[in-house]
Amino acid sequence: MVESSPEFVQLITPEGERISNPELDPWVADVTDAQLTAWYEDMVVVRRIDTEATALQRQGELGLWPPLLGQEAAQVGSSRATRDDDFIFPSYRENAVAYVRGVPFADIVRVWRGNAQSGWDPYKHQLAAPNIIIGAQTLHAVGWGVGAKYDGVDSVAVTYFGDGATSEGDVNEAMVFAASFQAPVVFFCQNNHWAISEPVGLQAVQSIADRAPGFGIPSLRVDGNDVLAVVAATRLALDRARRGDGPTFIEAVTYRMGPHTTADDPTRYRDKAELEAWKLRDPILRLQRLLDSLGLLTPELEARTQAKADEVAAELRAGCINMPDPEPLTVFDNVYATPNATLEKERDQYAAYLSSFDSSNTTSNGGRS
Amino acid sequence: MTPDTTTKTLTLAKAINAGLHRALTDDPRVVLLGEDIGALGGVFRVTSDLLAEFGPRRVMDTPLAESAIIGMAVGLAYRGYRPVAEIQFDGFIYPGFDQIVSQVAKLHYRTQGAVKMPITIRVPFGGGIGAAEHHSESPEAYFTHTSGLRVIAVSNPQDAYSLIRQAIASDDPVLYFEPKGRYHAKGEVIPELGASMERATIVAPGTDVTLVTYGPLVPTARDAALAAADEGVSIEVIDLRSLSPVDYPTLEASVRKTGRLVVTHEANRTGGIGGEVIASLTESCFNYLESAPVRVTGFDIPYPAAKLESHHLPDLDRILDGIDTVMGR
Ligand SMILES: Cc1ncc(C[n+]2csc(CCOP(=O)(O)OP(=O)(O)O)c2C)c(N)n1
Repeated sequence: MVESSPEFVQLITPEGERISNPELDPWVADVTDAQLTAWYEDMVVVRRIDTEATALQRQGELGLWPPLLGQEAAQVGSSRATRDDDFIFPSYRENAVAYVRGVPFADIVRVWRGNAQSGWDPYKHQLAAPNIIIGAQTLHAVGWGVGAKYDGVDSVAVTYFGDGATSEGDVNEAMVFAASFQAPVVFFCQNNHWAISEPVGLQAVQSIADRAPGFGIPSLRVDGNDVLAVVAATRLALDRARRGDGPTFIEAVTYRMGPHTTADDPTRYRDKAELEAWKLRDPILRLQRLLDSLGLLTPELEARTQAKADEVAAELRAGCINMPDPEPLTVFDNVYATPNATLEKERDQYAAYLSSFDSSNTTSNGGRS
Repeated sequence: MTPDTTTKTLTLAKAINAGLHRALTDDPRVVLLGEDIGALGGVFRVTSDLLAEFGPRRVMDTPLAESAIIGMAVGLAYRGYRPVAEIQFDGFIYPGFDQIVSQVAKLHYRTQGAVKMPITIRVPFGGGIGAAEHHSESPEAYFTHTSGLRVIAVSNPQDAYSLIRQAIASDDPVLYFEPKGRYHAKGEVIPELGASMERATIVAPGTDVTLVTYGPLVPTARDAALAAADEGVSIEVIDLRSLSPVDYPTLEASVRKTGRLVVTHEANRTGGIGGEVIASLTESCFNYLESAPVRVTGFDIPYPAAKLESHHLPDLDRILDGIDTVMGR
């Protein structure tokens, strides 16, 4: 399967060697040393966010956490390729995308602490609320893209989803609509090989990228652990969309090295050997080797990157543990944009009920003691 | 093989597993399908070990598409199978909604009884477990509104075992709601089909107030009855078990005895089962009621973030507050 046939485009080998690819090379010809080291820093930092958030979950500060361990290159490379005015529709695992989009660190974990259902303002970061319904966001991206086209701007909608999601009707319907309307959409599938316990082979008997052409959407299969190849592929797809050539489908072949979430136990369904094989293709290690061969992996870079990771982790931790619980009556907020009499009555009744226990303590659970 | 008649102490999740095991053993036309139900045994382990014993044709891991899971069950039922579909979490049933209400519920009627839809759809439901969005919902009322479906909710291991077997044996489609917050609650299980799934059960007898509930709130209602007893109020707690159809004779007998009625559920108030039960009992027992019936329910809001769910969900105190209201105190 995927492991035995590397039928994907690659610019950096797992050994860190820069190889050429005539289709992709032009898209990264302008990449500077500084950009390469910046992406390296991004990847190290998001891996550190994962470690810190996992620790916070174990310490009871987060209810749950979905690690992206192993998918750093796919997420950092693709989101770094976007423009600020492009709009991203993620699922729940795109924490690196949120980081790249400048979401405050504590807001990245706000959802997982149970304080809110979306931790950030979508319009501030051009990043939609995370979507847990598998694949639903791909349809939103098509709608957004059609709107952008009507508005005459060359912004693009980018949507992230997993290999499992490609089985959902919504993703397939999204491809039909995107093709029909020639919507400026980049479908970015992270094939991390598993949908909770289900291997990708259960979702797709041929490569996922092969499906899109059936909908009339050109596709690319790229090594998702190769940040340079991901940047190149995404730039290519974004450029097509900006020029009015419609949607492109990218399958980034990567691997989820951790559990599905902190509640999952992958040892129940997957082979240790498989994980060990993928560790050799670690996206961070690979870029590190390339940087080393270019003489860029200086002690100064390593120290700076570590310091940044430490700083982000500390800020994330402090922001998380100092996050106040939301006020009880906020459960009623924003159900409707215009006032709703029934709901206001419910709010008033509950407010009176809460204050009947202890007028000084409005955050009480209403204990009857 | 002689049937196993020994009593066992099982969790609610294990009791369903035992019921599924028995149904798979007894009837080769029974097949299970759903996401992660195979090697993993489901995200709640309700289908643990069934793949190993019955193989992948009887215990099918499916791709991620709820509409296709239900639609495939319809095709299997056309060919005479008795599919048991698992929806992973309450909040993910909606992509399959169309297949449930438009196909599963109506095919028997549309074909003048020629096609049977003996499909069981298992749905872990309810909140209070600090879960993420879409993992704590109570969507049962959508299905009670649809003719052609039977809807049940279980509250204890014995019923979980008995009613999954009754649901699978039913020639009508059954929505089988499992209170996920009570999956680990233990109880004695005898391997019998038990009382008909159409019957409500009186969980605790009483004389002053009828307190009606189902699923995850049954133990809470029982606690409320104990607390009220301390204050000199005698509560009759009724577990509906079947939400569609509702066992009105049992409810009516109780209301005629007590003269007061409280209905409690986690689901939103508007359009909920509480309103329907109260309207029906008001129609049938108006002259027996000594006060206006009261609903103690979730608010009319999307299920809130985990830190707020304790405010949304009815608890012991809110149920007691409802009891005070019907008692005029
Ligand atoms: C409609 C729907 N069905 C089921 C689920 C439960 N669920 C959450 S994640 C997941 C697996 C998703 O796999 P994939 O699309 O490959 O993304 P990954 O988690 O690997 O990033 C499942 C089944 C859900 N969130 N939404």
